Amino acid sequence: MTTNRHTEVDMAISDRSVAAVPKEELSALLHKMMLIRRFEQKAAEMYARGRIKGFLHLYTGQEATGVGIISRLRDDDYLYSHYREHGHALARGLEPRAVMAELFGKSTGASRGFGGSMHIFDKSRRFMGGYAIVSSHLPLACGTALACKQLGTDSVTAAIFGDGAVNEGSFHESLNLAAIWHLPVLFVCENNFYGMGTRVNRVTATPEIYKRAEVYGIRSERVDGMDVIAVRERADHALQAVRRGEGPAFIETITYRYRGHSMADPEFYREKSEVEHWRGLDPIDRFTDALLRANVSQGEIDEIQNRVESEIDDAARFAEESPFPPVESLTDHVYAPSPLDVRPPGGGR
Amino acid sequence: MAEMAIRDALRDAIRERMLVDERVIVMGEDIGAYGGSYGVTRGLLEEFGPERIRDTPISELGFVGTGIGAAVGGLRPVVEIMTINFSFLAMDQIVNNASKIHYMFGGQVSVPLIIRMASGAGLSTGAQHSHSVEGWFAHIPGLKVVCPSNAADAKGLLRTAFEDGNPIIFIENTALYSLRGEVPDGDYHVPFGQARVAREGTDVTLIGYSGSVYQALGCADQLAEEDIQAEVIDLRTLRPLDTDAVVKSVKKTNHAVVIEHAWRFGGFGAEVAAQIQEHTFDDLDAPVARVAGVEVPMPYSFELEKAALPSESQVVEAVRAMF
Repeated sequence: MTTNRHTEVDMAISDRSVAAVPKEELSALLHKMMLIRRFEQKAAEMYARGRIKGFLHLYTGQEATGVGIISRLRDDDYLYSHYREHGHALARGLEPRAVMAELFGKSTGASRGFGGSMHIFDKSRRFMGGYAIVSSHLPLACGTALACKQLGTDSVTAAIFGDGAVNEGSFHESLNLAAIWHLPVLFVCENNFYGMGTRVNRVTATPEIYKRAEVYGIRSERVDGMDVIAVRERADHALQAVRRGEGPAFIETITYRYRGHSMADPEFYREKSEVEHWRGLDPIDRFTDALLRANVSQGEIDEIQNRVESEIDDAARFAEESPFPPVESLTDHVYAPSPLDVRPPGGGR
Repeated sequence: MAEMAIRDALRDAIRERMLVDERVIVMGEDIGAYGGSYGVTRGLLEEFGPERIRDTPISELGFVGTGIGAAVGGLRPVVEIMTINFSFLAMDQIVNNASKIHYMFGGQVSVPLIIRMASGAGLSTGAQHSHSVEGWFAHIPGLKVVCPSNAADAKGLLRTAFEDGNPIIFIENTALYSLRGEVPDGDYHVPFGQARVAREGTDVTLIGYSGSVYQALGCADQLAEEDIQAEVIDLRTLRPLDTDAVVKSVKKTNHAVVIEHAWRFGGFGAEVAAQIQEHTFDDLDAPVARVAGVEVPMPYSFELEKAALPSESQVVEAVRAMF
């Protein structure tokens, strides 16, 4: 049994917790985590081959957090994310094809090629986008939650962000607004210990991030973010409270990214041994072990892995073969249609 | 027709919309119990209650972003930023989110949001409360920038803003809230991108918006005594800009002066001047002149502040130099 020195929680997934989850759901959780893992490997490969440009931030290592949280959201809930959001998009049910095509800048991408890796969006799944200004999506989440409340629905808005977000003014302003207005927001901080290359405790007073929410009167807890079952269970608990109208909730997940901040990161700031330590706590390996103990057969697990392989191959092929957006579409949707406008915006003649 | 102050015309437009559309809410600092720093929202809390008239913390980044998210989520928020000076705190939300959400997500959602704010100098409010940076917002594709100069336009433009599906930066002038004017009855709108000829003339075109329209009109009176007939154009909206109206006038008068309270260097007036020379180069009898603020933070002391702002005599001088 391994003890995580950061969370001091039991690092073996409890068999009792696993037994409480329906089997098809266990398979779905494993499938999503494997899908994300493989997707990111393929994305890195395509980046190296020049198919993907710009910034690419991989989610590898953090799968249990995104999958655990998002698995408990309802279809009519909203989800906002940051720029490391491929995993969240896939967990939310976006097709790997649409996500990969967006990375390729193709018109078949989730944002029609206009967004890129950091700005994936799908209105039909209420996946409200990846945002590349740290913490800037938290006020948006408060707003969508306010709309839900005001329109009389019981939809919840979840906002996922990193430990790097918690020293931004927008983080504190959002927590305050959500608290005073009792907004149905689930704040999820993925604490992977590094804001880019700066370790969280070097730059964060009260590095126990969940405590920051407590001072706003928000129910808050820390969970082992490498344990998908634990994350799922705590998310369920928090979401139920938020949905009952008890105001916002906050979850800090302790997790780790195996890859650099982006593809350009030489990783001078951490030891290889640290990365290895966390790889030893791999969320997919741990979950697979727990499933085997729960009498899921190796054959079933292999089947999921094979399915993932073909899904990702298909996604890459689809992205490769899809067309780029036509240059004529450059100025499409700068503005939403407005019937009363008499001339094009921007002083054009 | 009814005569009313600009603040009352604005309130009328908000109130009538709130009566017919439950999705309209108003958020901002001291807009409820206090009644609004400039009195625009007075009485609305009593009529519509605290769920729809929401006093916010002093937290511009937070509540502007909340307004954006609420618009995306199906409300039709009006966010009041007490003054344009405080909008700087919310610039990330306005520029990185409001203006880009429709475009960067491939047109999947829009941001039907009105952000109102008070702008301008001349009231001895010092360096940090006297900005006229309308041009900053006008620089951003995805935003529309509205600057009414009178009560009728304030109401008509705000009605149009409510029917637009985009983020509208609606900039009011601190010095003009009490200015009274005739407001037409009935359901009239002032479309965006349609400038107003505030005074007809044949010899020179004076172009302004918001407060500078009144300086232009004052100059036109003075110039008339010298037998120079000035045409005054009130731009009403900076983005979209009614280039056609400006060009049409300058083709007639062959002279143009752009007047603005903002700093001259890199200001919105430079854009207007550039448009004029691009479209009317062969019709111009003199270079396009700009009269704008002096390149200093606004000083408090009264005579210094006056000297920092464009004056009618500077405009008159600029025109005289053309003839």
